[in-house]
Parts: sequence; C-alpha cells; structure tokens
Amino acid sequence: MKLIGKGLVAILGVSLALILVCRPAYAADTTFTFGLLMVGPANDHGWSQAHFEAAREIEKTVSGTKMIYIDKVNPADRPGITVPNLVDDLVSKGAKLIIGNSDDMKDGMREASMMHPDIYFIHISGDDVHTGKAEKNLTNLMGRMEYGKMMAGFVAALTSTTGKIGDLGPLINAETRRLSSAAYLGARYAWTHVLKKPAKDLKYKVSWIGFWFNIPGVTSDPTLVMRNFIDSGYDVIISGIDTTEALIVAGQKRKEGAEVWAVPYDYRGGCNEAPDACLGVPYFNWIPGYKQIIEAAMNGNFKQQFLWLGPDWKDINNSETSSIGFLEGAALGTEQKKELAKFQKGLADGSINLFTGPLNYQDGSVFLKAGETANDEQIWNLPQLLEGMEGASK
Amino acid sequence: MNSSRLSTLTTPLLQFFFIAALAFGAVSLLLIALGLSPMAIAESMSAGSISNWMRISHLLSIWTPLLLCASGLLFTFRAGLWNIGIEGQMVMGAIGATAVLRMLNGVAPPGLVIALAMAGGLLGGGMWGMFVGLLRNRGGVNEIFGGLGLNFVAQGIILWLIFGPWKRAGIASMSGTDLLARDLWLSTPPGWRVAPVALGLAAGAFLLTALLLANTRFGLQLKAVGKNQQAARLFGIQPNLVGLTAMMLGGGLAGLAGCLQVTAVYHRLIPSISSGYGYLGLLIVMLAGYRAAAVPFIALFFAALAAGSIQLPIVLQIDSSLSGVIQGACVLSALVVHGLHQQKRSR
Repeated sequence: MKLIGKGLVAILGVSLALILVCRPAYAADTTFTFGLLMVGPANDHGWSQAHFEAAREIEKTVSGTKMIYIDKVNPADRPGITVPNLVDDLVSKGAKLIIGNSDDMKDGMREASMMHPDIYFIHISGDDVHTGKAEKNLTNLMGRMEYGKMMAGFVAALTSTTGKIGDLGPLINAETRRLSSAAYLGARYAWTHVLKKPAKDLKYKVSWIGFWFNIPGVTSDPTLVMRNFIDSGYDVIISGIDTTEALIVAGQKRKEGAEVWAVPYDYRGGCNEAPDACLGVPYFNWIPGYKQIIEAAMNGNFKQQFLWLGPDWKDINNSETSSIGFLEGAALGTEQKKELAKFQKGLADGSINLFTGPLNYQDGSVFLKAGETANDEQIWNLPQLLEGMEGASK
Repeated sequence: MNSSRLSTLTTPLLQFFFIAALAFGAVSLLLIALGLSPMAIAESMSAGSISNWMRISHLLSIWTPLLLCASGLLFTFRAGLWNIGIEGQMVMGAIGATAVLRMLNGVAPPGLVIALAMAGGLLGGGMWGMFVGLLRNRGGVNEIFGGLGLNFVAQGIILWLIFGPWKRAGIASMSGTDLLARDLWLSTPPGWRVAPVALGLAAGAFLLTALLLANTRFGLQLKAVGKNQQAARLFGIQPNLVGLTAMMLGGGLAGLAGCLQVTAVYHRLIPSISSGYGYLGLLIVMLAGYRAAAVPFIALFFAALAAGSIQLPIVLQIDSSLSGVIQGACVLSALVVHGLHQQKRSR
C-alpha cells in the first residue's frame, strides 16, 4: 500500500508538471531582437549600467530593435547557470544578436557562438577575433579607455597633496595592466611636466581585489582595500572595478574630515554617489559601437571585426560619436580643469603620446627605447605593469 | 483495508497536498502583495524549464548534482548525522578531479583520464567526509561544527588554488582556472545540455543508495544507529564505524557531484563550483521526510525552480532571486505541515 501511496504522489507530481508545460511559440515578426548579458547588476552605477543604458538608447534610436537582457551573469550570483545556457534562453526568445559584456564570458561566448552559427555575437573587451580563435559570427568591441585613464591619472596627480595615488584594481589581465599603466602614465606626466616634481616622489600603488566586483568570501573587500589606502596616506584613489566603492568610501572619509578624493570608472553618472569627492569619471559610451554592429547585422552586412573605438577628439563627451569620454567632477579645482583641457588638447593633436620611450616594465626590462612609441598590439597585450608602479603584475 | 493501512496511504498524500497548498498559497499572496501575477510567473518559469528538450536537459543538468548530493545525504541522515559539511565535500571532489585532469592531461587516453578524475572526485569528497567523521569519533566534535569548519577550509583551498598554483598564465582572477582541453569535457550530444554519462551516474548512484538502504544489512545497521545508538551496540553494531562509513559514502557522492560540475558543466574549476547544491540537497532530503522514494521528484522540482527562474528577468524583468523565496516558502510549508502532523500524533 505504501508503494501505491508513493506512486500516487509521483503521478501527481508529474501531472502537475504537465499542466504547467508548453506555451505556444512566440510569433515571428520583423523586430530585430538583441540580447544583452551583463556580468553585474543593470543598476551598478558602473560597467554594466553603461552597457544597459546604451542598449536602451539603441532600442529608442534604431527603429525595429528590441532588447532583452539578463544581468548578474556570473557563477556567484547565478549558481549552476552558464553563458551557453543563457544564450539558449535569449535565442529562444527571438534574439538574433547577443552581446556578452565581460572578459569573464570569453569561453562561454566562444562556445555559444559555436552552438548557434546563425546568431551574431559581440564579445566586449575580448580579443578572440584578434587571436584568430573566434567563430565567423563573433565580433569584438572595446573602447580606447587608455585615454580616459590617462586623464584620470592626470587629475589625480594634480590634486594629490601627499603624492600617493591608489589604484583599486579588479583582477590582473592584459586589459587591467593596460588601463592601470595608462593611469600611471597620466599621473606621472602631470607630476613631472605640470607640477615639475621628480618622478621618484610620486607613489602609485595598485591593489587588486581578484574580480570585477566584490564577491563576499571570494574577493578582497574593496571597501576595506579603500580604507587601507586612505589610512596609509593615499589621498586620491582611481577605481578600476565595476562598482562604486572607491567613491563611496572617499565620500564617507571626507565627511569625517579627511582630504581625500576618488576617480570612479565606467559609467557617465559615476560621480553621482558622492560628487564632492569626485575628481571626474572616465566612462565608456557603447552607443556608437553597438549601433555600428547592430545596424550592420540588421542589414545583413555583419562582418567580423576587432573594433577598438577611440574618443571623438572634437568632443569626447558626444554620446553619438565618442566611444569613451571623461566628465569632470565637482571636486576638480579650476586650475586643474585648465591644465586638463591643455592635456586633452595635446592627446587629441598627438603632441602628447604617453606610450613613448624611454619606458621600462616593472621588472626593469626595456619596454620602449627612447623615442620609440608603442603600437596597438604592444598596448593591448601589455605583459607587465610599468617601472615606478607598485603592485602585482601577474 | 483496515484503518491503519488506509492512513499509511492517505497521510503522505494529504501531507503533500497540504504542503503544496500552503506553499502555493503563501507564495501567491506574497506575489499579489508585490503587485505581480502568480500565473504569469508560474507560466514563465515552467516554460523556462520544461517546454522543450533543450530546456528539460538543462534542468536535468541541475538535477544530476542535486540527486547525487541528496543520495549521499540519505546515508548520513539515516545514521542520524547532520552532514552540513557536504558543500566542502563537493568542493574537495571538484579539486580532486581537477588535480587528476591537470596531471594526466595528454598522458593517458581522455576516456581513462575522465574515469580517473571521477575516482579523484569520489576520493576527494570521501576523504573530506571521513575527516568530519574522525573529528566526531576521535575529537568529540559535533559533525555540524566539524562540517562547517571543513567547508571553510575547502573554500580556502579552492580560492588559493585558483588564485595561486592553478591560475591562468599572466592572469590572476577569481573567475576560475583555464578551460579544460576539449577532449576532457564529458561528451554532450548536439541539442542536449546534459551529459548522458553524468545523468546515468546520478541515477545509478541514487538507485544503489535506495537499494543499500532498504535491502541490505548495512542499511539496517545505519537505521539502528540513527534510531538508538545504545540499542545498536547491544546488537554488536559499532555506531562510530557505521557513522564514519556513512560520512565517507555521503562525501564520496558529493565529491562525484563536484567532479561532474567540473567535467560536464563549467569545464574548469571556479570558486563557487558547488553552486550551493549541497545545502539544497539537505533541504531536498528533509522535504522528502528522509525517504528515498520522494527524493528524485523533489530534486526535480528544485532543479525546475533554478532553471526556470532565469526567465523572470528576461520575460518579466523580475529579479530571479524570487525563486529563492519560492524555495523558502516550500521548505517553511513542509516544516509547518510536518510539525502539525507530529503534534497531532503526540496527542
């Protein structure tokens, strides 16, 4: 009898499942649906929100497009779920193009693009196209954030009173080495060329937390790293992580009377959390890149590319044309603003190229000989931090 | 049919209905209070987990480790042990398997390497379970505290390996180790999202567990130890030894689940390799009233919740952590119904 009872329970379970099963398939229409996979929350005031808002803008301005999205795509937030699983879901909802917004999704995007040869893929910040590992339907997109980071380092060094600049770094890879090094070069330029101080007196230290954002119990806690920076006399901290801890802690410390500042990252509205502590924010504007690729895909002209889009030097904050920008923060002084404008002009006309030798790697080996300038390949794949920077390179 | 027989048939059924009604009622009320439609959520979650083979097979890929963990827990619960350390055992299984895969990659044929990795998983998890048992037998440390402590140690080891000796060349990231060579992935047929071998292993392990518990002397010994250790001793059973064996078996099965997470799901070692399936396994076995027969169905329900929840942000723009609320409501409902049942019986 017991067995019959259990059998009945089983049958009941199955029939309940069957009652819930099967909705009719979504009707085909002419809408071009694209799916966005974001590594963090869509409202992180950082990396993921910059993507989310750009995609929303595409929906508004490119007629016939519709966005569907999943955020928090990482194994800590979504246990047991992989990128190919999510791509399956987006494709079954009609997505014809998928954007994966994290370096962490590289393997998953590669696998998914193999599984769905008829769907287009944009992998942000990756270089599978460059290295020849990408399927034909996958394209790479990134912004030339080196310029934004140089501006971040520049305003940091001009503002610092202790000459100690902290860099709240995410994980260590070619991208983060590149961007932290660019910030250091900007800081060193301001220190030596504007303030006319010796380079050796500038301290620049990177502390890596281990991932793009805080995962309790897994990464170092960025709030603690920030406090540690400030307690050790670092008075300007440049953030390289996806979220806003650097600015928030700097804002709190200012309320306690400390003279500290931060330079947030990624998102146009990055200063909003604590404007009085914010020197400015280098940010990505994904609209031009998204637009170019999505329109090509809609017209049947999708072409695999390794797109590394720079600022529009006529107006780096033009949302239609400039793929990276820098918005000055409320805490940036008038003098510093003037110097920044000169610096930006120099970067724009090419009279300032900070990736020019003599430059050494952190271990003292030669990166660029005197007068030599780095090419894109050397900058993209920077193997170490630069001489003068503290912090792990690998 | 006498009345006691009738009650053995109706009680589990009635309980099931009560639990289901209470859980659905509570969740529906909560959703309505939040301004959401329970029907829309049920529809999108069920469509997201069982509307076609690809989705069903994805659901089964979550069911597989859940079933393995729950099977392992059936042994320990039967022996009266709370194996909270199951998460750590799963992690150590994943580490054991990865160690074998890294060592033997290219040295032996891929099929053999994968088989040895599974043995490594069993061994890693089994050993971690054994430590909990030894701490209990020799050190007098309750298995809950021993297990929790060893969970932290396992988490420490996996983080150290990923950020240290096993990190990707030139990269230091908590996102995980390098991807395994393709021939070391458990093979998944086109259009499937679950490796048939993994599915077979989980189903086999479950059947074996049910068989061992119901039809063998060892099963009886476990039951005796779980019910009354003093009485068990009178029958010549050594409770410590039986408990230790249960912990090793439970840990071994959890370790195998960890190995499958590496070889069939993520194809690399990541910090959250256990995905919380160990803790979920505890809930499943408790909800099943510690009976084997109901375990696969409850595990299936939890897998469907996990697989279907991803539809919530896509379709309804609702955070998928809602599925955690539904899970919680089910567990609470079960506890309430079981509690009421116990109260009624004791009167």
